[in-house]
Amino acid sequence: MRYAMAVDTAKCVGCSDCVVACQTENDVPHGFARDWVVEVNFGTYPELKTEIRSERCNHCDNAPCVRCCPTGASKIVEGGIVLVEHDKCIGCGACITSCPYDARFSHPDGYADKCTFCEHRVKHGDDPACVAVCPTKCLYFGDIDDPGSDVSGVIRTREYKTLIPEAGTQPQIYFLT
Amino acid sequence: MKEELIISGRMNPNIDPVLHIWHWQIPLYLFLGGLAAGILFFAGLYTILGKGDKYRGAVVYAPFVAPLALVLGLIALFLDLKHQLYFWRLYTTIKLESPMSWGAWTLIAITPLSFLWAALNIREIFPQWKWKFTFLDTLEEFFRRHIIPLAWALVVLSVILGIYTGILFSAFNARPLWNTSILGPLFLTSGLSTGAATIIILARSHKERMMFSRIDLGLIIVELFFIVHMFMGFLASTQVQIDAAALFLGGPYTAPFWVLVVGMGLVLPAILEAMELAKFRVPAIIPASLVIFGGIMLRFIIANAGQVSRWLY
Amino acid sequence: MANRRDFIKIAGLGTASIALANPALKALNNTFFSPADPLSAGLYRTPMVCEICFWKCAGWTYKKEDGTIWKLEGNADDPNCNGRLCPRGTGGVGTYLDPDRLKTPLIRTGERGNQTFREATWDEALDYIAEKMKGIAAESGPESIALFSHRTGSAYFNDMLKAFGSSTYAAPSYAQCKGPREEAFYLTFGETIGSPERTDIRDTKCLVLIGSHIGENMHNGQVQEMSDAIDKGASIITVDPRFSTAAGKSKFWLPIKPATDMALLLAWINVLITEGWYDKEYVEKYTFGFDQLKAHVRSFTPEWAYGITTIKPDVIRDTAREMFNASPAVIIHPGRHTTWYGDDTQRLRTVAILNALLGSWGRRGGFYNPDRISLPQMPGPEFPKPARTWRDYYPDKYVLAGEGVSNVLVDASIPDGEREPFVKAWFVDATNLIETLPDKRRTLEAIDKLELIVAVDIMPMEITGYADVVLPEATYLERYDDIRVSPGRVPTMALRMPAFEPQYNSKPGWWIARELGLKLGLKEYYPWENIEELLEWQLKQVDSSLDEMKRIGVKVLPRSYDDIYFAPGEDIEFGTATGKIELYSTQLAAEGFDPMPKYTPHPQPPEGYYRLIYGRAPMHTFSRTSNNQHLRNLMDENNVWVNPAIAKRWGIENGMEVWLRNQDGVVSNFPIKVRVTERIRWDSVYMVHGFGHGNKLLTRCFGKGASDTQLITNVKIDPVMGGTGMRENFVTFLFEPEEVIS
Ligand SMILES: Nc1nc2c(c(=O)[nH]1)N[C@H]1C(S)=C(S)[C@@H](COP(=O)(O)OP(=O)(O)OC[C@H]3O[C@@H](n4cnc5c(=O)[nH]c(N)nc54)[C@H](O)[C@@H]3O)O[C@H]1N2
Ligand SMILES: Nc1nc2c(c(=O)[nH]1)N[C@H]1C(S)=C(S)[C@@H](COP(=O)(O)OP(=O)(O)OC[C@H]3O[C@@H](n4cnc5c(=O)[nH]c(N)nc54)[C@H](O)[C@@H]3O)O[C@H]1N2
Ligand code: SF4
Ligand code: SF4
Ligand code: SF4
Ligand code: SF4
Ligand code: SF4
Ligand SMILES: [Mo]
Repeated sequence: MRYAMAVDTAKCVGCSDCVVACQTENDVPHGFARDWVVEVNFGTYPELKTEIRSERCNHCDNAPCVRCCPTGASKIVEGGIVLVEHDKCIGCGACITSCPYDARFSHPDGYADKCTFCEHRVKHGDDPACVAVCPTKCLYFGDIDDPGSDVSGVIRTREYKTLIPEAGTQPQIYFLT
Repeated sequence: MKEELIISGRMNPNIDPVLHIWHWQIPLYLFLGGLAAGILFFAGLYTILGKGDKYRGAVVYAPFVAPLALVLGLIALFLDLKHQLYFWRLYTTIKLESPMSWGAWTLIAITPLSFLWAALNIREIFPQWKWKFTFLDTLEEFFRRHIIPLAWALVVLSVILGIYTGILFSAFNARPLWNTSILGPLFLTSGLSTGAATIIILARSHKERMMFSRIDLGLIIVELFFIVHMFMGFLASTQVQIDAAALFLGGPYTAPFWVLVVGMGLVLPAILEAMELAKFRVPAIIPASLVIFGGIMLRFIIANAGQVSRWLY
Repeated sequence: MANRRDFIKIAGLGTASIALANPALKALNNTFFSPADPLSAGLYRTPMVCEICFWKCAGWTYKKEDGTIWKLEGNADDPNCNGRLCPRGTGGVGTYLDPDRLKTPLIRTGERGNQTFREATWDEALDYIAEKMKGIAAESGPESIALFSHRTGSAYFNDMLKAFGSSTYAAPSYAQCKGPREEAFYLTFGETIGSPERTDIRDTKCLVLIGSHIGENMHNGQVQEMSDAIDKGASIITVDPRFSTAAGKSKFWLPIKPATDMALLLAWINVLITEGWYDKEYVEKYTFGFDQLKAHVRSFTPEWAYGITTIKPDVIRDTAREMFNASPAVIIHPGRHTTWYGDDTQRLRTVAILNALLGSWGRRGGFYNPDRISLPQMPGPEFPKPARTWRDYYPDKYVLAGEGVSNVLVDASIPDGEREPFVKAWFVDATNLIETLPDKRRTLEAIDKLELIVAVDIMPMEITGYADVVLPEATYLERYDDIRVSPGRVPTMALRMPAFEPQYNSKPGWWIARELGLKLGLKEYYPWENIEELLEWQLKQVDSSLDEMKRIGVKVLPRSYDDIYFAPGEDIEFGTATGKIELYSTQLAAEGFDPMPKYTPHPQPPEGYYRLIYGRAPMHTFSRTSNNQHLRNLMDENNVWVNPAIAKRWGIENGMEVWLRNQDGVVSNFPIKVRVTERIRWDSVYMVHGFGHGNKLLTRCFGKGASDTQLITNVKIDPVMGGTGMRENFVTFLFEPEEVIS
């Protein structure tokens, strides 16, 4: 099993519901965020194009943050989810530095924090909070090894990209273009 | 025009708008680690070569700085940790793919050795020194008999430590400026150079001083060579590394790096040391201090600029 | 896992809570995320209806084990939200938690506009109001007490005042918002659009958005359905001078010159008719005045419109064809905030006519016929007939307005030498009139004349600073309200109930209205003691109960008739004078207005000035959420969008702070940061409404960004229904603050 997420940039309106839903669901402290929204505009008025992306930890297959962690607090669990075990984490910041996406931050309580793919929800078969709330239903989540899953479906039928594939991290968030 | 903005969510402190998760502690820790490595390397080396009597500054006096540097370095590292109560977790695993991990283990090995080395030389400073317990005398006796293996251990561990100070950075693919394999040898060389400079300051004889000035000059030349190579490597590489190099070639780090590190920390002391070797009268403390200053600046600037350099997407 | 006893204990805190009956949750033993493992902590939920905007999504309030708030989620059975709240709804947590909330009743001790109040008990405050009201009623008649209200539960105050003898009532959601659209559609189809809009976006093949910026305008159901439509391959045509989010998703974006939409709309009609791209059968069967319309639009060719709108003729033709090809599953969206240029009812008439020509009204993928349940009211005495209403102030004006016109109530508060200003007191409930009504100077002038201002609010918003008595209401998570009976494809009922006791010394609106009613001697209008009694009675009438609603939150009812779309060939009697869809409006003609829409040119900005256009940010609602910490995290100030060419001309850089000055010399109180972006035209600037708060008690948002309202001093009144056109204001940049003239 391999969890993955797809973000349909053709539907995302940048409303940031995914951000605030993550915050309440996971008690992310004010001033921090596990997911965020990026807007990129190209061109000159009136020849314009825009891309809106809801971003978060890519739960990389080849995760530098896990490799560099001196204590094993950063680890990969069932379904490829990259997690931080709070009471193994010394807060050295190596994983934060190692992430090319800057997806991690130092939680005020000291440990490194980031998107958990809402592991506490998905293990009960629920969608992550951001996916469940998205008003445009532009976030797809599921088991990419299962050809019948939503996420496999859109990846099969749509064009997509990942972020900084050159960094070799094998990210598992797919952006449908 | 291309306009790219984070419209919401992420202004995580110390991450945005640029990464600044490592402040003064880590570069200081790396500098002190490199310094200790340099000192212990020479102490071990000259002991193995059997020249301990000739180079007493290197083998006896400078090594007293090493445990101090290591302890201060460890304190700096500890201060940098955000979850300090869990510090001990570092020593419940060994993770070879994590430089942070094997660096911590190297330190746990080399720090007691540095104390041991100081203990063995304690009578050089306090001739009346007496151990409180007799078993300590036995121990001292034991290590004196095995001083050569001990020196070998120091040499090996100090090289690992010296390289580690660079690899800690270079292992981060995420930071293009750091992501060069030259950083390990560069930091090792710089560590040896600052170690040599410390020895110059604490040297007991003019001969020793001249010897280490010569060594230091060589190390500085090697360092300059690495630096040039590093930039050539960047410029021949991907856009992100070209951008990283640009931070130093016209970008915001240009003046600090070329003036403080290369100018004051390498070229100037090299000239002074060369002059000294050419028999001009130069107070040895000046080039040596400059080298140490340069070593500190190198760590700070690379640590800081590395966090600014990033992938674009 | 909490046991049943914990549940009762926590339930006792509020009224009742419902344990989540999800067996999966019982298996939780996740200590891994110990400090922040929210799921194992949140075991309780109570139904709620969101009050952050007027879409009124139904959902659930979740609590943590310690009884504090965890999160808000949508109710999956609710067609308004389908289980997904919008960002503002999700962030509603921050409204409940806001430490700046109004905490206790306040009575003014100093000048209006200064924060000089003393704290009072409810009894004192309500006695004070009742005495004043009785005095004013004795002197000027009860109808001189005007009510402004904009919320769910408006009826509590409305009924209280009606019982007292005043139906002088208006909501800003009419004359500052959807009034023109409602009247235009009423004049054309004999029915209004309503809220939630009856647009069948889910099944449309072509969605035409004229200024309507869905996606930033976060009215939930529409956003969701637009996304469904994109999935199904619908094409979107967006007409907006700004590259809106919706424009970024559109097949066609028409970057129109502001204030010229009417020309484009008329040209579209011209093309549809000349090319025969309209639903002939439908037009034949259902409409009135086609021939007049055909003659009327003959000269409004795409070439003519090009000169006005800057939209190329072939684009006008291509988009017209696109609409026709999709018809009748096409929606020329009527928008919502439609008070733009003063000829708005007429502009919306062209929109209605386009829809009629394409046969989308009453058709799948066009406009459906909504159904709603009406809950009976508890029997009580009839309300007295007021001596005057707002209509009597201008007997000759705005006769076609279907609702109270807020700006007329303002007019009726200020002597103009001609008419008697019969409004003496304002009862302001859940509307921040200072930031909501255009021409702030006039609002303040009216306030200056009043004998009494009462503000019922949850936050120390600007309006409360002018009130004589401020009444702190409990938030929507702390109170019951009317059962929500939104119209929709299916009728629904939704319950709002308190998840928590009201914080501080705040009280629910129903309680405040009733207590005041009792003090005014209106006891016979209150056959119920407690709101639960009233709701229970009402729900019984429709075979439900409060218990049932507490359990399910939302009840979806079957439609009373299977008439969501017109049946093929069905005979329909429309609610217009002719019983037909009026392409030619007999009612407008009768009132002396143009029976068919005409293009009138509007002024364009003078040199060095830019048209001020404004809109919504998806994460905020007007001025009400700017102090909400959860939503501030997403956006904590507004920016002024400036085209790079203009920025260059002014030497303005991204992020730089400027002050804005309008054509009347009014300078923004606060500086605003510039966003240099290609997304805006060079003749306009854009900002999000709702920032630039001037009340220091709003500690987080005070002085953040600038207020568009302050700069809207030129108001274009719609002669048909009294709406306030607000987009004919032009601003320029200042680099130093100046004496503020407003
Ligand atoms: N300049 C400008 N003016 C505009 C608009 C614009 O875009 N620009 N938009 C127009 C439109 S479309 C509309 S619909 C109107 C909206 O106008 P308003 O409804 O006045 O909008 P808000 O600014 O949100 O003010 C709502 C007030 O209700 C209070 N409130 C919130 N919840 C509660 C509650 O539960 N109980 C009570 N008692 N009070 C509560 C808030 O604190 C706030 O004071 O504004 C119109 N005016
Ligand atoms: N997030 C969020 N959503 C909301 C609200 C909110 O406060 N916050 N409020 C709700 C309410 S009550 C309302 S009424 C609606 C309002 O939402 P809409 O009805 O969508 O609002 P408008 O003000 O008509 O649209 C604003 C858009 O009109 C464009 N525009 C400006 N001038 C012109 C012009 O001359 N021609 C054309 N074609 N376009 C122009 C602007 O660039 C902007 O994109 O939003 C609702 N949804
Ligand atoms: S909630 Fe959905 S539409 Fe909104 S920003 Fe997030 S991903 Fe995009
Ligand atoms: S995105 Fe960053 S934090 Fe997440 S798995 Fe990849 S490297 Fe690690
Ligand atoms: S901060 Fe924590 S999780 Fe990250 S590398 Fe250090 S110990 Fe591992
Ligand atoms: S998956 Fe969960 S933790 Fe990750 S961004 Fe979405 S809501 Fe946050
Ligand atoms: S659309 Fe958003 S703010 Fe409005 S009622 Fe629904 S959830 Fe609340
Ligand atoms: Mo509105």
